[in-house]
Amino acid sequence: MYPAQFDYRRAGSVDEALGLLQEHEDAKLMAGGHSLIPMMKLRLAQPPVVIDIGRLDELKGISEAGGSVRVGSLTTHADIAASDVLAAHCPVLAEAAGHIGDAQVRNRGTIGGNIAHADPGSDIPPVLVLLGASVHLQSPSGTRSVAAGDFFQDLLMTDVGEDEILTHVEAPALGAGTGAAYLKFEHPASGYAVVGAAASVTVQNGRCIAAGLVVGGVSATPTAVDVSSLVGSDLSDDAIAAAASGLDAEDPIGDIFASGDYRVHVGKVYGKRALAAARDRAS
Amino acid sequence: MAGVLGTSIKRREDPALITGRGKYTDDLKVEGMAHAAIVRSPYAHARIRGIDASAAEALPGVLAVLTARDVAAAGIPGVVPVGWLLPDLKTPAHPMIAADTVRHVGDAVAVVVAEDRYLARDAADRVAVDYEPLDAVADVVAALEDGAPAVHEEAPGNVAFDWEIGERESVDAAFASAAHTVELDLRNNRLIPHAIEPRAVLASYDSSTGEMTIHMTSQNPHVHRLLMTLASLGMPEHKVRIVAPEVGGGFGSKIHHYADEAIVGLCSMKLDRPVKWTATRTETNLTDAHGRDHSTHCALALDADGRITGLRVDTAAAMGAYLSTFAPAVPTYLYGTLMSGQYDIPAIHCHVTGVFTHTTPVDAYRGAGRPEATYVVERLMHLAGDATGLGPVEVRRRNFVPPDAFPYQTQVALAYDSGNYGPAMDRALEMIGYDDLKSEQASRRDNGGKQIGIGFSSYIEACGLAPSAVVGSLGAQAGQWESADVRVHPTASVTVYTGSSSHGQGHETTFSQIVADRLGIDPEAVEVIHGDTDLVQFGMGTYGSRSAAVGGSAIARSVDKIIEKGKKIAAHLLEASAEDLEYEDGSFRVAGSPDRSLALGDVALQAYLAHNYPDDLEPGLSATSFYDPANFTYPFGTHVCVVEVDTETGSIELLRYAAVDDVGNVINPMIVDGQLHGGLAQGIGQALWENAVYDESGQLVSGSLMDYAVPKIHNLIPFELDRTTTPCPHNPLGVKGVGEAGAIASPAAVVNAVVDALAPFGISHIDMPLTPEKVWRAVNS
Repeated sequence: MYPAQFDYRRAGSVDEALGLLQEHEDAKLMAGGHSLIPMMKLRLAQPPVVIDIGRLDELKGISEAGGSVRVGSLTTHADIAASDVLAAHCPVLAEAAGHIGDAQVRNRGTIGGNIAHADPGSDIPPVLVLLGASVHLQSPSGTRSVAAGDFFQDLLMTDVGEDEILTHVEAPALGAGTGAAYLKFEHPASGYAVVGAAASVTVQNGRCIAAGLVVGGVSATPTAVDVSSLVGSDLSDDAIAAAASGLDAEDPIGDIFASGDYRVHVGKVYGKRALAAARDRAS
Repeated sequence: MAGVLGTSIKRREDPALITGRGKYTDDLKVEGMAHAAIVRSPYAHARIRGIDASAAEALPGVLAVLTARDVAAAGIPGVVPVGWLLPDLKTPAHPMIAADTVRHVGDAVAVVVAEDRYLARDAADRVAVDYEPLDAVADVVAALEDGAPAVHEEAPGNVAFDWEIGERESVDAAFASAAHTVELDLRNNRLIPHAIEPRAVLASYDSSTGEMTIHMTSQNPHVHRLLMTLASLGMPEHKVRIVAPEVGGGFGSKIHHYADEAIVGLCSMKLDRPVKWTATRTETNLTDAHGRDHSTHCALALDADGRITGLRVDTAAAMGAYLSTFAPAVPTYLYGTLMSGQYDIPAIHCHVTGVFTHTTPVDAYRGAGRPEATYVVERLMHLAGDATGLGPVEVRRRNFVPPDAFPYQTQVALAYDSGNYGPAMDRALEMIGYDDLKSEQASRRDNGGKQIGIGFSSYIEACGLAPSAVVGSLGAQAGQWESADVRVHPTASVTVYTGSSSHGQGHETTFSQIVADRLGIDPEAVEVIHGDTDLVQFGMGTYGSRSAAVGGSAIARSVDKIIEKGKKIAAHLLEASAEDLEYEDGSFRVAGSPDRSLALGDVALQAYLAHNYPDDLEPGLSATSFYDPANFTYPFGTHVCVVEVDTETGSIELLRYAAVDDVGNVINPMIVDGQLHGGLAQGIGQALWENAVYDESGQLVSGSLMDYAVPKIHNLIPFELDRTTTPCPHNPLGVKGVGEAGAIASPAAVVNAVVDALAPFGISHIDMPLTPEKVWRAVNS
């Protein structure tokens, strides 16, 4: 577990980090280091230069304004899980962050590093897709944002360009009458999600007016399930089960612990349970 | 000191360990130290056409690249030997460095030594080995099939040995007349030990003296020195010192003598410099001897009353690519001999085929043979409870060896010295609230949803490895006594030199309790030295739950010798007869004359001053013992596991785990409980999560902690522990051993619980580990 030779640079600002990225070909940004360093120790990644952005305070913090929450990319999972702002405005994101790894991992790992790594078993991506969050990126030529649903492109692949830094994510705050839940089927070895189901339900006058379900772990990227059949329904257990059974994955991923078929099955079960939990929280 | 035995005094080892001051092998730094990295085969089976090390040698800071050619040129034996033999055992050579053929992924083909460990790793990646890949076989059953790729030419059909115990004919007769029979095909899954501290070695050869000091992760430094000098490096035994500093766990994996440690020794000799190597986690998983890996067919015959009349077991046991140190003993002497369990079984036959496969060698791992035997017997007992309609409790109770039948001679060599099995089961039933659980189970069965199951495991183990007479009679050419040198200093403090080397068990605490109790002094006045072949007399080391029963008994015996010697000195000083002296609470007293006494300190001081001794009394107050036990010890108990199974996903949740163990007298209850907790975690881990998986080409696909699931604290539940106490009758302490009990009993308890939960689905067996997908598929098939 000894990484190959690499140079280490520490950026003092986002601008400096962007400059270093321009300067060093194939350089890698490091935030909490909890995805990159294991890859380097296994020599699966051998970047010639590591640019440490872990101390950039400008990329840390959680705030709410104008009906949306903003989470800086260097905010740790522990801070997200314990955030009062999120507890009030977007508790499902905090719930998912609390499922990541163990206490040490949550104390070091960051939301930006997590989603930039884009492990299919990560807990955050399905929640961001469910919420309709946007991912904000900065490059020397300016800033842009991309919808979470478009951000995750494939296994370990995202929309982040080589010259870009992920600065923050924004998600709409959950409104009145909306309940959301994240349920995780944990891999006993890695602690990643074999299946992670994120669901939301909005209820008005006893009727469902909106519902969403996104399942992680089944495919290379989060899989949105069409649960529109719930809109207008009374959210009965049967209606929820029928909606969740719509989960479909063309090329499900599998490993020695859980095959693709099994993941799809568990995705449906956990999707059902997440929707039911969201319903119970909505009322 | 009265009351010190049986007391949970805190571990004296812990302040250093928990504040980071413990010195492990990798913490050691010596002047001129270089670092080794080992080049390993990426193939399970291949011919080595050639090795080009020039790119590695060209890196500045690289000191040497050694291959099998250098082993041959050094004129040393250069092999890694097997330590325990069986009749007709095939013993193909295991070269330190593979010469022309590699036989498992991770087999060593070259070693690079460089000025730092990063550079050594970089250089190792530059060693170009030209392999011709060959067909490989990783599965123990597939390896026995006709036409399977051969691991060694010397072992046709990949058979390392063919061993049996018991009487086949009487078992056949029992089955022919049985009222009930149950049978089972099962796999005992292969496990990777995962000591927290990876294996490490620092070898320091000094050509000016011809001496070598090797610091290494060892459970038995003297055994390592013997094998290292005799078979690998060809050095005089007295020129080699092996030191085991703090050792961070082993579970058996640090008993064995490995190629890597010998390779690093060779590097040090060649370079005349200290050389260090610490395994990466990837390397430990590829090279630490694995555990278990059996394929077994077994069957039980019972009469109309549910009494067992016969047991038949046929096992294929993987040895891996080479025979590791103890490997042949594990599925034979430590497996077949345990097949009677807690039961009075009139006919038993166990046949074991040892099988070479293109995998990491398999050897003793916590429990070593006894978990596999317990799993066979206790899975069959669960099925027998169903088949006879007696249920899991009554079928066991009906077949227990009755308390008045001890000593009990089994049909498989072992003679149980003592036991009382009923009370342990009664207590376990009481703790778990069995009747309430049965009602709860019935109502869940009626209502659907998550099901609960209750599983039992009434286990026996043979601990205190290993009485020379018993294992000698089975064909082992070795016995396992233990040594202790106890020295009372002039000021009456004591140093114990024990051959039983600790790797985390708390020997220093418990051994000081033994001495303190027997001598009537404060445990703080006792120092315990272990793990250094230059300081300590030859010892056998720590494994097989033997340290208290064998190592502790050796200490007790030495203390008794000291008391006898002290009586002679005291008698001389008190002008009394030694026969009239008694020793109590730290004082020698003349019987019947309470005013005529001398404290241990007075006697100890005079033992060394010795200025007016009679001719027949030697100065000094110390004694050495080599204690060879009369028999194994036989801990036993009943464990009960309660699980909840989510039949929709196959997920299993542990609800309760109650364990009643009888480990004889207890020296330190806290340490005993700690051993049980650790063993239970490992056994439950085997049942639910752990699995070393090879693909068809022989690649270890669960080689990292991302895929190999060791239990984590949040996977487990608080264990409910209690004890009964049946002292061992044949050792001076009445202790039996506890290090492996948890790992031996628990796999069967967990699997029986899950199978019990799934009985309405017609499920009678699922192979370990019981992953959710396997359970779900069983429910839906």
